[in-house]
Amino acid sequence: MSTASTRMRLSLGPIQYHWTKEKMFDFYRAIESAPVDIVYLGETVCSKRRSFNHKDWIQVAERLRDAGKEVILSTLALLEASSELGLVRKLCTNGSFAIEANDMSAVQMLAGNSDFIGGASLNIYNPRTLRKLVGMGLIRWVMPVELSKGVLAGFLKEMPAGIESEVFAWGRLPLAYSARCYTARAHKVPKDACEYCCVDYPDGLMLTTREDEDFLILNGIQTQSAKVHNLVNEMSGPDLGIDIFRISPQSEHTEQVICLFDQVRTGALDANEATHKLEPLAAIGLCNGYWHKEAGMASCNAVCGS
Amino acid sequence: MELVCPAGNLPSLKAAVDNGADAVYIGFKNETNARHFAGLNFDDKQIEECLTYARSHGTKVYVAINTYPQPDNFATWERAVDQAAEHRVDALILADIGVMDYAAEKWPELRLHLSVQASATSYEAVRFYAEQFGVKRAVIPRVLSVKQVEALVNNCPIPIEVFGFGSLCVMVEGRCYLSSYATGQGPNTFGACSPASFVRWSETDSKLETRLNGVLIDQVNKDENAGYPTICKGRFKVNGETGYAIEEPTSLNTLPILPDLLRIGVAAIKIEGRQRSPAYVAKVTTVLRAAIDACMKDPEHFVPDQAWLEQLTSVSEGVQTTLGAYQREWQ
Repeated sequence: MSTASTRMRLSLGPIQYHWTKEKMFDFYRAIESAPVDIVYLGETVCSKRRSFNHKDWIQVAERLRDAGKEVILSTLALLEASSELGLVRKLCTNGSFAIEANDMSAVQMLAGNSDFIGGASLNIYNPRTLRKLVGMGLIRWVMPVELSKGVLAGFLKEMPAGIESEVFAWGRLPLAYSARCYTARAHKVPKDACEYCCVDYPDGLMLTTREDEDFLILNGIQTQSAKVHNLVNEMSGPDLGIDIFRISPQSEHTEQVICLFDQVRTGALDANEATHKLEPLAAIGLCNGYWHKEAGMASCNAVCGS
Repeated sequence: MELVCPAGNLPSLKAAVDNGADAVYIGFKNETNARHFAGLNFDDKQIEECLTYARSHGTKVYVAINTYPQPDNFATWERAVDQAAEHRVDALILADIGVMDYAAEKWPELRLHLSVQASATSYEAVRFYAEQFGVKRAVIPRVLSVKQVEALVNNCPIPIEVFGFGSLCVMVEGRCYLSSYATGQGPNTFGACSPASFVRWSETDSKLETRLNGVLIDQVNKDENAGYPTICKGRFKVNGETGYAIEEPTSLNTLPILPDLLRIGVAAIKIEGRQRSPAYVAKVTTVLRAAIDACMKDPEHFVPDQAWLEQLTSVSEGVQTTLGAYQREWQ
């Protein structure tokens, strides 16, 4: 049996939060020299966020490509206005960079025109769905975050040749999208009067239960897990069929996280030791329940669930 | 404008048919539909009874097979499609691309509708399903304003069905993992949100607590009503303030905008609530039937009857209603 490390790559997911233009430029400047192979760029949560315009994204994309990264442009997950379809269409016809389709509108625009990556917010739950999308140009899929390693194993039995599988390996899990902006709601204003208040929460806004358990993160129209999903353990041991491990950016420590994952990949660091070092980088703690077919918020050791 | 009503059992189906439904939608007794609750839904024999009754009254029957099969259980969804097709139901309501691919290949004559659980919110997404699988109608998520529904209807190759009344999903349907994050089971994978087996009600000295797999969703005084613990309707703390951070317990009610929905060309209005009682189905169907008829007769002067509104409010979550995302201020 081959080990996972023989082929696996690291990717950096799109920034899910609203950061200032300066912070975004600085962040990606640093990523140019970080040991990730693939970088996904673009606004996937709220089209009102305009720290970067299309030109800024392309500029950063070109720089990262020049630094040796595979660059993918990610589309919005929830489309509502006609203007948002226009934004997605502009990405899909950019001509230089491949696209991660995050809803079926983007798939419809790309199908038969260019190869694409199916993002985690496309509902690909079974091999027949995957095969259908492969027939339209899908070359890589990101497994929906609520699915387990057992499900991935089931996919692998029927995986079309050459199709890559990516998993959400580090970060706060995207759990839901809505028409309503919950950050604006916390500020007691509707979305149309939000004044971009989410820019004040570079890692989202914590929602706790009434007994002070940190539970969810409000990130504009998106809801995330408060805990950080961590699959670094799956980088060592038997080959589970994961081609790419995705790291989702946070406002701090992202480069450190990338380096720790990279060290496990190269064998320089033991996975348990990496987890030990990763734990303090996740303010609220770690989870991996989905991977073990448990509640997503659960934290399981290697033998639980399965 | 067609009125599509829910039926979780035969008495509910009869209530819908008798009170003016143009169509009813039902599901099988398993995880292939998004109301997978104990004691609800239909087996093979009950479906036949249900079809006989509906057909004798000229009412259509749609079958929802609108959850997402996984590699090890795809055959269960195939069987559900076959079963519905063999009963010659009027349409299947599907969400999963693989299931649609199977249905379109095996039963090319069978009419397919796109479930709200497919999460198609733009005309490009709807076109995908129309072109690939010959889908004839799409039910759209409760995330669009009236203006956005209008733009979608105008650019869609197929008719659009919208939710008109019932419990409100606040998150875009088909892509909400809040329930599975807390319990491991959610709408997509299990066909239910906040499954009952994870719900605990407990009393302290003065409070009633509701928990979902241990997570405190709400806490009320003993003289208050505690709602069912769906995460999006719970009370939490954000920035030091406790309240309904996501949404209050409330139901969607579109009576005030019925003329708009008619004007922009919405083809069908759906009532939520297969898990509700026959009395609920009878009441809501009666009101919506009367409202749609009045609206179609004279849309210019349509004003919802106060008695209708009171009836709908009485069966609403939290005894209150909202226009939800149809109204921009809600967003």
